[in-house]
Amino acid sequence: MLLISLCLWIKEDFTVSMKEPNTTLSVQELIAQKSNRGLLSAIEKIIPKLLLAIAAVSVLTTIGIMVTLIVETLVFFSRVSVLDYIFGTEWYPFANSTATYGVLPLIIGTLKITGIAIIVAVPIGIATAIYLSEYASERARKMIKPVLEVLAGVPTIVYGFFALTFVTPILRSIFPEVSIFNAISPGIVVGIMIIPMIASLSEDAMNSVPNSMREGAYALGSTKLEVALKIVLPAATSGIVASTVLAISRAIGETMIVAVAAGSTPRFDMDVTGSIQTMTAYIVQVATGDAGYGTTIYYSIYAVGFTLFLFTLVMNMLAQFISKRFREEY
Amino acid sequence: MITVKPEVQVPEKKLTQKNNKPSVYKTNQLNLWYGNNHALKNIDLDVKENEVTAIIGPSGCGKSTYIKTLNRMTETIPSVKTSGEIMYRGRNIFSKDYQVEELRTKVGMVFQKPNPFPKSIYDNIAYGPRIHGIKNKKILDQIVEKSLRGAAIWDEVKDRLNENAYGLSGGQQQRICIARCLAIEPDVILMDEPTSALDPISTLKVEELVQELKKEYSIIIVTHNMQQAARISDKTAFFLNGEVIEYDATDKIFSNPADKRTEDYISGRFG
Ligand SMILES: Nc1ncnc2c1ncn2[C@@H]1O[C@H](COP(=O)(O)OP(=O)(O)O)[C@@H](O)[C@H]1O
Ligand SMILES: [Mg+2]
Repeated sequence: MLLISLCLWIKEDFTVSMKEPNTTLSVQELIAQKSNRGLLSAIEKIIPKLLLAIAAVSVLTTIGIMVTLIVETLVFFSRVSVLDYIFGTEWYPFANSTATYGVLPLIIGTLKITGIAIIVAVPIGIATAIYLSEYASERARKMIKPVLEVLAGVPTIVYGFFALTFVTPILRSIFPEVSIFNAISPGIVVGIMIIPMIASLSEDAMNSVPNSMREGAYALGSTKLEVALKIVLPAATSGIVASTVLAISRAIGETMIVAVAAGSTPRFDMDVTGSIQTMTAYIVQVATGDAGYGTTIYYSIYAVGFTLFLFTLVMNMLAQFISKRFREEY
Repeated sequence: MITVKPEVQVPEKKLTQKNNKPSVYKTNQLNLWYGNNHALKNIDLDVKENEVTAIIGPSGCGKSTYIKTLNRMTETIPSVKTSGEIMYRGRNIFSKDYQVEELRTKVGMVFQKPNPFPKSIYDNIAYGPRIHGIKNKKILDQIVEKSLRGAAIWDEVKDRLNENAYGLSGGQQQRICIARCLAIEPDVILMDEPTSALDPISTLKVEELVQELKKEYSIIIVTHNMQQAARISDKTAFFLNGEVIEYDATDKIFSNPADKRTEDYISGRFG
């Protein structure tokens, strides 16, 4: 129906323009002649409904996922006490009769990876952003930005093998106590993975600081570095912090790198040289294993998934809050 | 039309007095190109100490370009090429060993659109002294108060020094920018149409301020408002198409210009 009316509209347009232009007519008359308001307004009315329907699909899917997640999580908590789950320091789901589901070891594992990733990514990401926005020539910027985008598009499984077969051996040759599976190597690589995100979003934030600020600072005798660090960086803080929080959220949810390179030993300690397990890696382990439908282990991945979701949700909301609340006005 | 008050029309004596003042800036045969656009052509100008020098001319004639060359702000634009020399206090600012930061510490600038930093009023003023190494809180407090008083805005902001400068009105922001400039006690203040974004009352305040500031500073001010030039300046340079058509005492320019084009411009025949 829509197509037909569109065709009609275009066809009519065509026939009118084929006519000899009548120079004696005023523009208003020409418009009146050409326009087909009836049909146009019909299309105008249909389009928003069509778009709404399309948008509704994605919203409904999200709701569906949420509902499944919550329902299955509730089943899990009908079998395992919430308090034992939240405060438990032992995660032994596979110990048949004595299984314990204390999630803290998985959370600690996730936090180790995230912490190492932040230590790697935030300084490098922000330094890259400062370079790109304040120092790089137009040419350098044009070359580096696409590289960053390519880096951001590398499949994470590739990063995972990079961690396992490249970074880990190097670490082990320097620090012999590091085991094959450990937190530090995937932590570093997750950091490398989120550098482009921090760099690119922070650069956007710094780029949107008006040039008049820089001029004002230069006119007072500032050096380039002073302008970058004392004017541009503070003026872009909200954007930089928000991008960092978003990147942290990605690090928390990162799965393949840790599944490949971090091991599968849930542990409640501060060690980063040995095998660990993160929330995501646990979900992969169970989902790719043969846990039967309806077992507590099966439901546990929903509980862990829900926990993970809460973490990333809070981070994303924090990012939004920061970029709204602390938006600099200029 | 501008009518000049008769009592200030005593050019002979005044001029000789002025000519005794030392020069701050001496521009010799300055040329500047934006790529192929020859924006400044053989400029010769001699700016005296403790005077207000106005630069007038139709838009696009190179006023901003000239004033931005005086503190080398133009050199940040990659396509810019210059020739000739600008002597500031006897030193060519284009010479290789002249540190641009040193020049800009001596020569402050106020921009067309108020551009305070997105920081507190206090930090805006303290920024300059801080980057030049002044850390002592007591001294900074004194500098901030003195500068804000100097820019005639102390009374309006003294109770809100920790608030963001962007909470102020445009006219107040511009005076904050002037105060920010005063805080490093420059020798010269360059102003590029500082009142063009302001309402008439704020404009008046800034003009009065300029009169006050000239006791201690040499001021070069670009304006497209001829009445303003006539009101506040001692000397006026008329720019047209990148050239200085006429440069003389303001009274002379506005009462008895030597060049026909100057006369046409100030009588409002173009521009
Ligand atoms: N950043 C720039 N890049 C290229 N050309 C410029 C730039 N700024 C000014 N110009 C050109 O230089 C000439 C003088 O401009 P400007 O100094 O801004 O004039 P005014 O301040 O008198 O209006 C104009 O032709 C303008 O187009
Ligand atoms: Mg201008």
